[in-house]
Amino acid sequence: MIPLSWFLILSAALFSIGLFGVLSRKNAVAILLGIELMLNAVNINLVSFWRYGDVSQMAGQVFAIIVFAVAASEVAVGLALVISVYRRRNTVIADEIDLMKW
Amino acid sequence: MTTETLIWLIPLPPILAFFLIVLFTNRNKALSHSVAIGAALLSWLGAMIVFVRAIGTPDLGKTPFASFANWIPTADTWLKIGVQIDPLGAVVLFFVAWTVLMIFIYSVGYHNYGQPAGDHDQPGLQPHGATDEHGHQVPSIEPMYSRFFAFISLFAFGMFTLVVSDNLLTLFAGWEIMGLCSYLLIGFWYAKESARNAAVKAFMTTRVGDVFMLLGIAFLYSATGSLSYRDIFQSQVLHTLATVSTPIFGLSAAGLIGLLLFIGTIGKSAQFPLHVWLPDAMEGPTPVSAMIHAATMVSAGVYMVIRMFPLISLDPKTMTVIAFIGTFTAIFSATIAVAQNDIKRVLAYSTISQLGFMIAALGVGAYVAAAFHLVTHAFFKALLFLGSGSVIHGMEHGVLHTGDHKVDPQNMFNMGGLRKLMPVTFWTFLIGGFALSGFPLLTAGFWSKDEIFSGAFSNGSFVVFVTLAVAAFLTAFYTMRQITLTFLGVPRTEEAKHAHETPWTMTLPLVVLAIFAIGYGWVGIPQDFLGLHLNPSWFHEFVGSTLAVMPAESPFSWIVFGTSLVVALGGLFFGWLAYRNVTAPEQDKLQIPLLKNKYYIDELYSFVLIKPAYWFAETFVYQWLDKGLIDGTLHLFGKAANSIGLVVRNYFDLPVINRFFGDGTAHATQWFGRNLRPIQSGRIQQYMLVSLIVLLAIAGLLYYLLVIV
Repeated sequence: MIPLSWFLILSAALFSIGLFGVLSRKNAVAILLGIELMLNAVNINLVSFWRYGDVSQMAGQVFAIIVFAVAASEVAVGLALVISVYRRRNTVIADEIDLMKW
Repeated sequence: MTTETLIWLIPLPPILAFFLIVLFTNRNKALSHSVAIGAALLSWLGAMIVFVRAIGTPDLGKTPFASFANWIPTADTWLKIGVQIDPLGAVVLFFVAWTVLMIFIYSVGYHNYGQPAGDHDQPGLQPHGATDEHGHQVPSIEPMYSRFFAFISLFAFGMFTLVVSDNLLTLFAGWEIMGLCSYLLIGFWYAKESARNAAVKAFMTTRVGDVFMLLGIAFLYSATGSLSYRDIFQSQVLHTLATVSTPIFGLSAAGLIGLLLFIGTIGKSAQFPLHVWLPDAMEGPTPVSAMIHAATMVSAGVYMVIRMFPLISLDPKTMTVIAFIGTFTAIFSATIAVAQNDIKRVLAYSTISQLGFMIAALGVGAYVAAAFHLVTHAFFKALLFLGSGSVIHGMEHGVLHTGDHKVDPQNMFNMGGLRKLMPVTFWTFLIGGFALSGFPLLTAGFWSKDEIFSGAFSNGSFVVFVTLAVAAFLTAFYTMRQITLTFLGVPRTEEAKHAHETPWTMTLPLVVLAIFAIGYGWVGIPQDFLGLHLNPSWFHEFVGSTLAVMPAESPFSWIVFGTSLVVALGGLFFGWLAYRNVTAPEQDKLQIPLLKNKYYIDELYSFVLIKPAYWFAETFVYQWLDKGLIDGTLHLFGKAANSIGLVVRNYFDLPVINRFFGDGTAHATQWFGRNLRPIQSGRIQQYMLVSLIVLLAIAGLLYYLLVIV
C-alpha cells in the first residue's frame, strides 16, 4: 500500500502549484483555476486521512463532497463576477480591478 | 382708677393714634386729625387728673405716685420699667399736656384743613395754594396732612413717656423717639433740600450728645446697678458716687456721670457748642417748631438735668461747667437773635438763649428757678412760635393775593402794621413777647427770670448774674424789635397789606397759651417779694419738695429786682426806639456780619469737622483706603492669579495637554493613517501575498517558540 506521505506530498505540491498560480497569474479566470487546484489539494488530504484512519467514519468523504459543492458554487459566483467586471471595465486582469482601493 | 394706673395710661393714646393713622385712617384727613386730637385730649385729661391729685397729695415729694414692673432680665436682676410722678414730674406733665393739646389743635388750622387741594401741590413740598370757584387764590390743604398728625402723635408718646418714666432707661427711650420724630418732622417737606439738610443736621448733632448720655447711663448703671431715680437718689448711693473718684479730670463718679448726662442735654437742648441744629430746624412746619423745638423736646434736656440734679449737684466742677455753658449760651445766642430777620429764626435763637438761662440756673444751684422757667418758657415760647406761624400764615395769604411768590413770608422786613389785620395774633404775640422779655409783675417770664437772677445773686455767682442780666436785656431788645417790625408801624409790602387773621383753630390755642403766659407766673411769687410778707410761693413749696432737702428760697434783694426791672423795660424801650422807623435791613444798625452769620460757627464746624470728615470719607477712606489699599490688594491677588494662570497655560496646558496629548495623538494617528494607506491598494493578489507572508512569519515564530524553544 502506498504510504500516506506520498499522498500528502502530492497534496502539498498541488496546493503550492495552485497558490503560485493564484499569486502569479494576472487573469482573474486563471486565479480562479488556481483556487480550484488548492481546494482539490485539500480534498486529497481529506480523503487520504480518511482512508488511512478509521474507515468506518464517513466524515472525510462527506467533507470532500461539501468542498466540491462549495467550489462549484464559488466558481459560479466568481465567473459571474468576472463576466460582470469584463462587461463594465473591459478587462479581466486582477490588478486592474482595484475599485476597493483607498 | 388709681392714680398709678392712670399714669401708666397717659402715654398710650398718642401711640395708638400713631398706629391707627398710619395703618388705617391715613387716607381720610378729617378722621386722622380727629384721632390724633382725641388721643391728645385723652392724654391731657389723664395728665390733668394726675396733676390735680398730685397737688392735693401732701408730702408728694417723699412718697411720689410710683409703680413699676420687671422688664428686661439681666442675669440675676431685672431692669425695671415704671412710672413715677413727683412734684417736678407733675408740673412738667401739666405744661406738656397743655402745649401738646394746643399745638395739635393749632396744626389743623396751620395745615389749612377745610381748604381745597392745591393746584400743583405735591407731597414733600409746602402747599402752594389753590384756585377756588371764583378764580381767587386761596390756601390749599397740606398734601401729607395725615402723615403730620401721625408723626406728632408719635412725638407726644415719646414726650409723655419721658415725663412719666421713673428711670433713665425709659427716659432715654422717650428721648430717642422724640429725636426720631424731630428728624422726621424737620424733614417733613422733604422735597426741599434745605429741609433735608436741616433734618440730617439735627439728627447728627443731637446724636453726638446722645452717645455721651448713653455712656453716662451705662456708667451710672455699672456704678449703682440701677437706673431708677428712687434707687439712685438714696443718700448712701449718692454719698458713694460722690466719694469714688475717676481718672478723668479728677472728677468724682457723680461728677463724671453728671457731665456725660449733661452732654446729652447740650445736644438735646441745643446748648453751645451743639446749638447749631436748632435754628436750621425751623425748616419744619411751625407747629413742629413750637412743640418740639421750643416747648417740649428741647425742654426735655433741661428736664433731665433737673431730674438728675441731686446727682449732678454733688460735684462742684460739673456744676461750674454747667453754669458756664448755660450762661455763655444765654448771652451768645441772644446776641445772634438781635441780627436775624427771619421771624422764626429770632425765636429759635431766643429758645437757645432761654434754655441757657435754665441751665445756668441749675449750674448755680437754683433748682426751683430752673424748673419754674422751664414751665413758663414752654408756655410763652410755644405761644410765640404759634403766633409767628399765624403771622406767616397771614403773610402767605397776602402772597397768594398778590401772586408774587418771591416775597419771603417769614422775613420781618416784609411785614409791618399787622396789628390791625391780625388783632388776636398781635395781642397774644405781645403777651408772649412781654413774658419772654420779663415784663414786670404781669407776665410769667418776669417771675421765673427774676427767680433765676436772685438764685445767681444769692449764690454769689456775680459773673453769671451780670451776664444773664445783659442777656435778659438783649432778650427784651430783640423781642421788641420783632414785635415792632412785625406788628407796629405801617405795612411795608403789598403782601402785608393783604395779610389775614387766621382761623379759630389757630387763634384759640394762642389765647389759651396767652392765659398761661400771664397766669402761670403768679403761682411762683416769692414769699418776701418787695419785703412784703406774702403767702409762701406755691411753686417753690411744691417743686422744692421733690428734693430730699427743701431748698431755701433766695432772699429778696432790691438789686436783683431793680436789675430785672431795668433790663426788661430798658430792652423793650430801646427795642421800640431803635426800630420804630426802620423800614429796610439797610437801616438796621445791628446787621453786623459777625452776628448775622451766627459767629461763623457753622462755617467753623464745616471747616473743622465736616470738611475733614468729607475728606476722610471721600479721599482717605474711599480713594486711598478703599480704592488704593483694599482694591489694590484685591487687584494684586487678581493679577497674581492671572500670572500663575498664564504660566500654567503657556508652559503646561498648551504644550503638554494640548500639543502633546491632544494634537500629538491626533497627529500620530493621522501619520499612521496616511502612511498605512498605500497598503490598501485594492489589488487582491497583493493582499493574498501579504497574508501569506504574515502567515509564514507567524508559523515560523510559533515553530520557533513551541518546537525549538
